[in-house]
Amino acid sequence: MSRNKKVLTGTHFEMGNWACAEGAIAAGCNFVAGYPITPASEVANRLAARLPRVNGTFLQTEDEIGAICSAIGASWVGCKAMTVTSGPGISLMQENIGFAVATETPLVIIDVQRFGPSTGVPSVGLAADMVQVARGSHGDYQIIALSPESPQEMFDLTIRAFSLAEAYRVPVFLMADGFIGHMREQIVIPEEDRTKIKQRKIAEQSVSVLDRRDFLDVKVAPMPVFGLGLKAHVTSSCHDEHGMRNLSDPAVMHTYVMNPIKKIVNHRDDIVQVEDDCIDAEVALVSYGTVSRSARAAAGLARKNGLKVGTFRMLTCWPFPDKEIRQLAENVEYMLVLENNTGQMYPYIKAEAAHACRVSFLGPQTLGQIHDPEYILSHLNRR
Amino acid sequence: MVQTDLTIAGVGGQGSILAGVILGSAAVTNDGKYATQTQAYSSELRGGFAVTWVIIADEPVVFPRVTQPDILVAQAQDSITRFGDSVNPDGILIYDEDMVIEPPGYIKRIYKIPATSLARHEIQAPITANIVMLGALCKITGVVSRDALEKAIAMSVPRGKESLNRDAFNLGFEGVKAC
Repeated sequence: MSRNKKVLTGTHFEMGNWACAEGAIAAGCNFVAGYPITPASEVANRLAARLPRVNGTFLQTEDEIGAICSAIGASWVGCKAMTVTSGPGISLMQENIGFAVATETPLVIIDVQRFGPSTGVPSVGLAADMVQVARGSHGDYQIIALSPESPQEMFDLTIRAFSLAEAYRVPVFLMADGFIGHMREQIVIPEEDRTKIKQRKIAEQSVSVLDRRDFLDVKVAPMPVFGLGLKAHVTSSCHDEHGMRNLSDPAVMHTYVMNPIKKIVNHRDDIVQVEDDCIDAEVALVSYGTVSRSARAAAGLARKNGLKVGTFRMLTCWPFPDKEIRQLAENVEYMLVLENNTGQMYPYIKAEAAHACRVSFLGPQTLGQIHDPEYILSHLNRR
Repeated sequence: MVQTDLTIAGVGGQGSILAGVILGSAAVTNDGKYATQTQAYSSELRGGFAVTWVIIADEPVVFPRVTQPDILVAQAQDSITRFGDSVNPDGILIYDEDMVIEPPGYIKRIYKIPATSLARHEIQAPITANIVMLGALCKITGVVSRDALEKAIAMSVPRGKESLNRDAFNLGFEGVKAC
């Protein structure tokens, strides 16, 4: 297999982390900065070997703060940029996640989640950062977060993450975990020309910054990337649509927070993906990420036992699939929320569902080990 | 759906996890089946526990954890202590008799092979004991085809070591015995 080939079309038996790295390259990513951390290191290892052979750059920085700052800088010179880490790295990156949001920087952030607070357990997966990535930086903002359930989806959704980041000028998170990051399964990589990738809009040359609108467009402003001879103002402080700093006008302040949020929320139908097989179901098993596979196995067991059980999977966790959850709640009697944590998305799901059906939460019997299907079934039989 | 769940366990340095990777690769890339391979290990490079779980099926694997293996391949006594109890009552145990002193009485079908001493004395490469175990596994269970496994081994080992590892595979294939 040629290590110089951009897209490794074919069938592979490799780790989720390998698939993520290959997904990034297939999406046209040409700059990745990172600092090694279990269980995400294989993504960086693979990209450090592969990117220089496909005209890209991999930079190992001194820490995760340097990594995200480098990736933001690379994005502003027009690179498709990414950083990859685990929960402790996300904690360090939070300040600059806010910077990327405020400056409307296209950026992909891979979070291969690990177990527990602080250094925790490096090699064991937990859906531990689900709220942290959406609410962890200060201010008020929206990002996009996607949740893969398999190594194949670590390939597919990494590509989608780049498309969304470029289309909406926003940080997009891939919420993998140590379990699928280190899991090997069949990975099918399609032909290069069959991968559709959205590209960012680039600002046109003009005499002055005030002749362009580079920011705060809810339909996404063209980006004034460096190196094209444009003069542009880029600041994370409150600014107007030209990028000019303004800390005095309340109307500008309102727009500075509201429009990047509207940019995501107004396009939520394009961004939100769910998988719903609850037609005729009385009970919905709601999940995302790795746990979805427990849910599907449990639904299969339940149907064999004559129970009308279906599954509902959130491939997009942020922006939150509120409308889809409401519709589901109105069509089932009971919603059981399954997460490999103590209930991070549960309050958001319950808020949209509890008006129409009964909702409860079930964590795994042992945190970090996704639910046994029989354990879910015994819970359904007891209810 | 036909599905086989396996646990391959040993201590760090014996290549148990690599054996699982090779097995899954054989199933997916050479036999046209589906496989899921996961692992766990302690933080010591050598001497700590190491285990891989492999699921091989003729349809995509839904639930990716192995909770009750149909087959346990044990390369150390510690593997029996940790994973012996989880084996399906109708399941199979294959163990390295150089390393496992006390096989459990509760598994019905038990097979043994002196994998480490065969690898050491017959081909002067004790490092290939994991490949000897794969040969034994292939003979007893046929969970993947011999051809698929031999190809996957050749693809996984360092260049120039293909024939050494084929010899290790044959030692296991020919030498495994029922208890």
